[in-house]
Amino acid sequence: MSVALETINLEKRFGGLVATNKVSFRLAQGGRHALIGPNGAGKTTFINLLTGVLPSNGGQVLLNGEDVTRLSQQQRARRGLGRTFQINQLFAAMTPVESIGLAVSERMGGGADFWRGLGTRTDIIDEVLELLERFRLTDVMDHPTARLPYGKQRLLEIAVALAGNPRVLLLDEPAAGVPEAERQELLDTLAALPKDVSILLIEHDMDLVFTFADRITVLVNGTHFAEGTPAEVMADPRVREVYLGEEEHA
Amino acid sequence: MPTDTLTQPPTAVAPTTQGLHERALRNLGRTGRWRPAEFVFWALAAATFFFLPDQHLLLGEIAILGLFALSLDLILGYAGIVSLGHGVFFGVGAYVAGLISIHMTGEPITGLLLGGVAAAILGLATAPLLLLRASDLTRLMVTLGIAMLFYEAANKAAWLTGGADGLQGIWIDPIFGRFDFDLMGTTSYAYALVVTFLLFLVARRIVTSPFGLSLAAIRDNPMRANTIGIPVGKRLVAIYTISALYAGIAGALLAQTTMFVSLDVLAFHRSADVLLVLVLGGVGYLYGGLIGAIVFKLLQDTLSTLTPQYWMFWLGLILVVIVLIGRERITGAPATLWNRVRGMGK
Amino acid sequence: MLTILIDGIAYGMLLFVLASGLAVTLGLMNFINLAHGAFAMAGGYVTALLMNRWGVPFLATLPFAFLVPALAGAFAERTLYARLYRRSHLDQVLFSIGLVFMAVTATDYLFGSQQQLVQLPGWLQGRFDLFGIPVGRYRAFLIVVCSVLVIGLQLILNRTRFGSQLRAAVDDQRVARGLGIGVAGIFATTFAVGSGLAGLGGALGIEILGMEPTFPLKFMVYFLIVVTIGGTTGLIGPFIAALIIGVGDVAGKYYVPEVGAFLIYLLMIVILILRPQGLIARAR
Repeated sequence: MSVALETINLEKRFGGLVATNKVSFRLAQGGRHALIGPNGAGKTTFINLLTGVLPSNGGQVLLNGEDVTRLSQQQRARRGLGRTFQINQLFAAMTPVESIGLAVSERMGGGADFWRGLGTRTDIIDEVLELLERFRLTDVMDHPTARLPYGKQRLLEIAVALAGNPRVLLLDEPAAGVPEAERQELLDTLAALPKDVSILLIEHDMDLVFTFADRITVLVNGTHFAEGTPAEVMADPRVREVYLGEEEHA
Repeated sequence: MPTDTLTQPPTAVAPTTQGLHERALRNLGRTGRWRPAEFVFWALAAATFFFLPDQHLLLGEIAILGLFALSLDLILGYAGIVSLGHGVFFGVGAYVAGLISIHMTGEPITGLLLGGVAAAILGLATAPLLLLRASDLTRLMVTLGIAMLFYEAANKAAWLTGGADGLQGIWIDPIFGRFDFDLMGTTSYAYALVVTFLLFLVARRIVTSPFGLSLAAIRDNPMRANTIGIPVGKRLVAIYTISALYAGIAGALLAQTTMFVSLDVLAFHRSADVLLVLVLGGVGYLYGGLIGAIVFKLLQDTLSTLTPQYWMFWLGLILVVIVLIGRERITGAPATLWNRVRGMGK
Repeated sequence: MLTILIDGIAYGMLLFVLASGLAVTLGLMNFINLAHGAFAMAGGYVTALLMNRWGVPFLATLPFAFLVPALAGAFAERTLYARLYRRSHLDQVLFSIGLVFMAVTATDYLFGSQQQLVQLPGWLQGRFDLFGIPVGRYRAFLIVVCSVLVIGLQLILNRTRFGSQLRAAVDDQRVARGLGIGVAGIFATTFAVGSGLAGLGGALGIEILGMEPTFPLKFMVYFLIVVTIGGTTGLIGPFIAALIIGVGDVAGKYYVPEVGAFLIYLLMIVILILRPQGLIARAR
């Protein structure tokens, strides 16, 4: 099994509070891995450590075997680490075609081009159209992002991340807030994500986790608590107690 | 890079591919296309040269102020950087252009370019200070501090700048050896207008390029811009440098057309005025600075004939009222109108 | 040498009193008010006019130098500033620059552009000997008065109910409202007291800083510097910053007069480079 993303004894403290407690974790190449845990388990902190938003206090992050612990967000992005956000982080004034076009041109190193307009870049257009199609945004490609339905914005959130051609993609609660009517479209798109992109899914929605993931890691109080296939995790009484049990009560 | 994973067989797009291509490219190029209203604007600008010959002095000032405000729009409107010290680039451009005419050559284009380059170097050198902490307050203080620093320096370095007396003895040769700077300001206006127009064309190109789009992305959402691999810091430094270049050229234009530079070019009110000019015309669509300059100069002209000494009072009042009513509502009006007129050209 | 130090401390303390209101509105409430100096000017003019036109003794003018700007501040806060707390920093900058322009020209129109001079009472003039060091009486007076103010402010902010309510309101307005704290009233009071202190500082500073219509523009940068390099956590940072600037400016002007105010701006930029959050940063 080759490893796409790995952490070794990753640690983060805020003052006296240990948010991430020596977590060692592996995301397999091409894997569909879900990270779950009760509220306050430190999932967001963990993601922020992986992407470089926060500096860690100890341990390592390896991306395709390369130590990226000290690299900035943007350097990690350039090395193939993409992410989406729990709350949409889109460019409100731009259209989907512009947002995706920008991400593609940045990846190809054309972002510093201050002369040739994107409208002349026939070389990127096929890829942009392909992404629009994949995320069912073709119809609304020239509408301002701020006016898109929420479900479409959620799709664009992933499309922009995928436009960077990531090797590893972190999906932070992609289904959060999506109305029921638009939900199926999102699930279908997630299922159809390219197989060679390794995906780490952070999600509360257990249906989505169990249909999507081939492996699940449970984080509790910042600690790597349990890991296994969906069936193993579901059968683990300790997990049921700290996590699934709680869900049922809620 | 296995991009081929993305090119799975497209499902039944064949008949419309051509149409989608065009639609996508049209949208990608939407900001770059010229609208009829823009042609009208520049045609009118050119017409003023022929039809308002006795207003050339005022028009020249408007063109220079417009270029200066346009330079601020590049950072404020397109990259979201608030500056209280943009005047420093204007002032440095003016002093350098003046000094070059005294000590090196009176040839105008050389002085113009070197004035701009000097300001750009200063912009490049100070831009990293803006990235220390992306807080408006720190940026305000750093830009203001640098501007005050240069004001003090120019004041003290009287051996070079003439101090409070100003830089005396500037003489600018005819442009291309042919067009003399006359007292009516005709050559000056033509010179300032052409330079402003050319730089506008370049700026327009820049803001509609992928680089310009990435700036808009940074302004809208710096965090996301970072995660899609946009080098935010480098881009901001780049646009800040370009903006400084523009402001420096505007300052050089002023020095050359008035053949005088005083400490006033570095004064705080320059930075405050240019902010006001831009806000009057509207931020972030490139014409705001130019339109604001027209409004500002006409206001100044009218108000200072009414109350010569106290026109700043009315200026202040206008600012206060604009903010209280809401900038978007007032200055949004020309921008909305503009977009509507532009839209008609579709 | 020590005389310069004492002069610098007096100057720094004066700066602190002038800027303390801004330290709260800008530092804690995060409102960029470039017009703070206008309130200081109001205080200065109150004292100058009372003394020169009506012959009121210097000390007796000081309460008015506090009250008039305080009332003006309260009025301006309720009618104008309160609408702008949630607006962008750009709007706040534009608005307060507008106010400065208006204040400067209106003062010029009403009282002329000349410097306002005051005749200090005899017991505050000249110097006295402190352990062999000649100390200006007025400087000593400033140090005493300002020290009392500084300590008083610190106590109000940290030890009183009002102080804790203000800190709560600044931290999280919604929560504070939920706790039944009258946020609007607290902000208005704070703004008024800050304006009043600025006015008092303006009056005390006539002798040292001068007083003329361009005062708000001339000293705007100084107030902002005190707050930005002081940090935005409370009053201790700005106080230290004010002392550093006071001593630095006086010493700089004495030892290297050709450099002048240059040094202060350089100092600010260097401090901001080294400590972008200010000298005393918010604990995380």
